[in-house]
Amino acid sequence: MSDTVENQGRRDFIVVATNTMLAVGAAAVAYPFINQMNPAADTLALSSIEVDVSGIEEGQAITVKWRGKPVFIRHRTAAEIALADQVSMDDLRDPEGDMDRVEKPEYLVIQGICTHLGCVPLGQKIGEIKGDFNGWFCPCHGSHYDTSGRIRKGPAPTNLEVPPYAFLSDNVIKIG
Amino acid sequence: MSSPEFKNPVVKWIDHRLPVFSFMHHELHEYPTPRNLSYLWNLGSLAGLALVTMIVTGIILAMHYTPHVDHAFESVERIMRDVNHGWLIRYIHMNGASFFFIVVYIHIFRGLYYGSYKAPRELLWILGVLILLLMMATAFMGYVLPWGQMSFWGATVITNLFSAIPLIGDSIVVWLWGGFSVDNPTLSRFFALHYLMPFMIVGVVILHIIALHRFGSNNPLGIDVSGKQDTIPFHPYYTSKDLFGAMVFLTIFASAIFFYPNFLGHPDNYIPANPLQTPAHIVPEWYFLPFYAILRAIPDKLGGVLFMFGAIAVLFILPWLDRSPVRSGRFRPLFKMFFWVLLADCVLLGYLGGKPAEGIYVTLSRLATAYYFIHFLVILPLLSVVEKTRPLPQSISMPVTGAGMSAALAAKRGKADV
Repeated sequence: MSDTVENQGRRDFIVVATNTMLAVGAAAVAYPFINQMNPAADTLALSSIEVDVSGIEEGQAITVKWRGKPVFIRHRTAAEIALADQVSMDDLRDPEGDMDRVEKPEYLVIQGICTHLGCVPLGQKIGEIKGDFNGWFCPCHGSHYDTSGRIRKGPAPTNLEVPPYAFLSDNVIKIG
Repeated sequence: MSSPEFKNPVVKWIDHRLPVFSFMHHELHEYPTPRNLSYLWNLGSLAGLALVTMIVTGIILAMHYTPHVDHAFESVERIMRDVNHGWLIRYIHMNGASFFFIVVYIHIFRGLYYGSYKAPRELLWILGVLILLLMMATAFMGYVLPWGQMSFWGATVITNLFSAIPLIGDSIVVWLWGGFSVDNPTLSRFFALHYLMPFMIVGVVILHIIALHRFGSNNPLGIDVSGKQDTIPFHPYYTSKDLFGAMVFLTIFASAIFFYPNFLGHPDNYIPANPLQTPAHIVPEWYFLPFYAILRAIPDKLGGVLFMFGAIAVLFILPWLDRSPVRSGRFRPLFKMFFWVLLADCVLLGYLGGKPAEGIYVTLSRLATAYYFIHFLVILPLLSVVEKTRPLPQSISMPVTGAGMSAALAAKRGKADV
């Protein structure tokens, strides 16, 4: 069979088109096999929880479980709020005002997951190390968080996350 | 290489149609091997022995284990207490992982010292590094399966490493977890992969051996085999030597299993996983400690992760970093010195990885990390240019049987006096 020049362009087109369709087909087959590893529907069914915070004494904190992870709720003292509020933005690695992180200043609600590599920081229970900034301290790799849960020292890149939540009444929070 | 004459008529009949016996004869019997290999060349066969041990015990454990967050921990305790000899099989598997790494690390440092990664064995070396990577992934996932505190938090920290990737990092972590935290979907997929990966290792090991048999083993002198007088057949010489090494290895291995089964483990892993409480001091298994120290030495999340993976990545390109034509460290006075510094550096990194990340440990980790990379990226390329190597022997058999013997002995004695 001779390769005449007049047919070459058409042949190239067929080859390119075939290979393109093969690639599209391969990607279409690969997608479900990759996507099956993403969270399943029941995992995704976003659970929300309601928490009554009236039982938390001032200066104390509780840990609740939401979507498999700990959420810290701390009833902050006036001193702690003042401490968090007075920090200059220049001192923060991830600048964020304390008032932007709370619905009510006395209740700080944050995810208890260190933003470095996912450990649970210490500082919830009385007697635990709270770090150099009187907030939380992650024992895994030494990140220090302040009384607003903001990263101040150590390897973590960002502040402890604030989960989506709202006050249903004066004392009840709905997380999620 | 001529085909062997088999006496057994059945063997003969089969071999004519399916030449497996000829193949085994070529590769395991007459396979010409340098006559001067030291006991450091036993580690390859020992690694194979460790791999087989892990696969056999692992398949047995899988028959009794339940990969579910509510049952995993208890099923492992059941193996330890109720399953007949379950404690023995689990202790073999648990300590087997450590011994596999001990053997492989010695194997790697052997290769580093004798320049076994140099042409024409670059691909052999690269396949070896690939095996190391697969072993690490397998060991990590296996450690998660008992679902103790260390399992859970180890899994959390290591999977979170991927969140350091810009933009898509968080989606990748959720994809790895199959949820929003390390949970049941994570455990079951880790179990499936932990079962799969050893067989992938077997595949790469076969390629590793094919690449090895292309040019044969390197040797302590690092010079090429120059003829028949330099080699001896693999069987019976090295089969018996490997067998002797295997017995010594098994003796040490058995002592660990029977007398110190938990010496290399961590007591916190006998506490069931608790997603709300991180243990005060989490450390990975000992074989990951040097890499963990590198991760923590860099005061930046992405940087730490990059350097940690970079520590393995430099090994892949090692054949092109060390351009010295002389393979063996015996004839490279400067290289030899730096080799021991590197070994000490890796041991130091391992020590620091087990210490809390504070004070002097952080500073030392940074220095040790810096040296690790300087060794590969600066010192080795420099040495290939500036180092004046010692004269190489003419052949492998010369210093042993030939005229070079008396001279070589005299040189050795002279060195011993110093």
